[in-house]
Amino acid sequence: MDDASLPDGASGRTVAAPTRREVYEAEVRRRSNRIALISTASVVLAIVFLVPLAPGWEAVQRSFFNGRVFAATFPGLLNAFLLNVMIFAWSAPLIAVTGLAIALCRDTRAPALFPLRLFGIAYTDIFRGLPVVLVIYIIGFGVPGLGLPRPWNSPYIWGTLALVLVYSAYVAEVIRSGIDSIHQSQRSAAASLGLSERDTMRFVVLPQAIRNVVPANMNLFIALQKDVALLSFIGPVEVFRQAGVYKSLYANFTPYVGAALIFLVLTIPATRYADYLMNKQNRART
Amino acid sequence: MTAKLSLRGVRKRFGDHEVCKGIDLDVADGEMVCLIGASGSGKSTLLRCMNLLEPIDDGTIWLDGTDISEPGLDPQPVRQQIGIVFQSYNLFPHMTAAENVMLAPRRVYGRSRDVLRPQVERLFSRFGLGDRMDHYPDQLSGGQQQRVAIIRALAMEPQIMLFDEITSALDPELVGEVLDVLRDLRGQGMTMVLATHEMGFARELADKVCFLDAGRILEQGPPDELFSAPREARTKAFLSRVL
Repeated sequence: MDDASLPDGASGRTVAAPTRREVYEAEVRRRSNRIALISTASVVLAIVFLVPLAPGWEAVQRSFFNGRVFAATFPGLLNAFLLNVMIFAWSAPLIAVTGLAIALCRDTRAPALFPLRLFGIAYTDIFRGLPVVLVIYIIGFGVPGLGLPRPWNSPYIWGTLALVLVYSAYVAEVIRSGIDSIHQSQRSAAASLGLSERDTMRFVVLPQAIRNVVPANMNLFIALQKDVALLSFIGPVEVFRQAGVYKSLYANFTPYVGAALIFLVLTIPATRYADYLMNKQNRART
Repeated sequence: MTAKLSLRGVRKRFGDHEVCKGIDLDVADGEMVCLIGASGSGKSTLLRCMNLLEPIDDGTIWLDGTDISEPGLDPQPVRQQIGIVFQSYNLFPHMTAAENVMLAPRRVYGRSRDVLRPQVERLFSRFGLGDRMDHYPDQLSGGQQQRVAIIRALAMEPQIMLFDEITSALDPELVGEVLDVLRDLRGQGMTMVLATHEMGFARELADKVCFLDAGRILEQGPPDELFSAPREARTKAFLSRVL
């Protein structure tokens, strides 16, 4: 009597052979991978071969993807981008602090603080309702127009203020949604221990709320990194403005592509990371 | 004998629904009172009214002869006297077990961590959690979390403890460890009011059992009396369903 005729359990095998389902699923996986590969390859090939056939391709290539211009301008663009990073670096903490303050203003319940609450509501309504570039124009050109002495006429100060005003309004709303997301039972538990409302907010609600909204706020700060470029409209020569200067100098658009690349190198990993955090949080909740 | 906690004609409504329809109840010092009754009979709401988590609409609550149900009264000092433990533990998930316990004594009584830590350690080891102090709530089982919640309430040194169906969310094999804690507290002479579905436990340890039905205390008495010879038909019907 040979082994094969024995039922599975009696054959005494020690290495687990794949089950029928595992074999089937592996086959399905292989097939999907094959199809995805063929489909992607054909699309890429189509683009690579067909786009250069377009009548204007040579001209576009010359003025947008010019290797010589790219090499000549890229270091200068990187240098100008440092200014973007600096403006971002001092704006972001100001925005975080202001946003938190505004969120707390909107959440006050005491009647004596009603004006604060009103202020919080008006603030978020107004600054979420305006295009960023408009606020930058009005504040960036308007305030220095008062004839203030140096350094108080600097576009850096007023441009930063404009960014802080607009972005803190969004951050405030995100934090407020985080505060609302904390279950009432947490406040009950804190109240039942005799904690004051203030302590409940500070030690129980806010730490959880802020942790919950980290991914949402990261997306806002990624948007901020891009919107720093808008300050170029009131003076600072950051990367977008610098690319414009190079464009005029070389009569070529390649510097804009270079600037775009610099932004992407920073924003794509940041966006991915924010998505990763968001997914992790969603998984933790379910 | 004057009662530690007295309720007279307590009414509470949520919108159109009156949950407590005139409750009279006395809890003597060191007594353990169990509230039994179907879900929705008003047990939880009554407990939440007792430590002023829910303001009552009518009636009076006396604590040591002081009216604590006066509208506009600051509820915080009262809540320090009357601790409550919830069915769903409600631990603070971003703090370790020890931090959960120390937060309120630190902020309300102004005690330092250094002073509190040894006291808290004693409480944790007394309830079999000596090695769980620095774990986060999501690293603890339901029974462990509920014991931490009890320790958190005890750390405020309340005179009365309220327990709102604290074993109802637990897996059956974890119920025992939480009931042991209550037994321990009973032995220490803590004044306690429990809303519970654990009839065996109520029968074994309670001084008084109250049967709530549709927002009223329909019947109350010593457990032997109420469980073996209920007077009201509804009490009989309820007990025959759960026993």
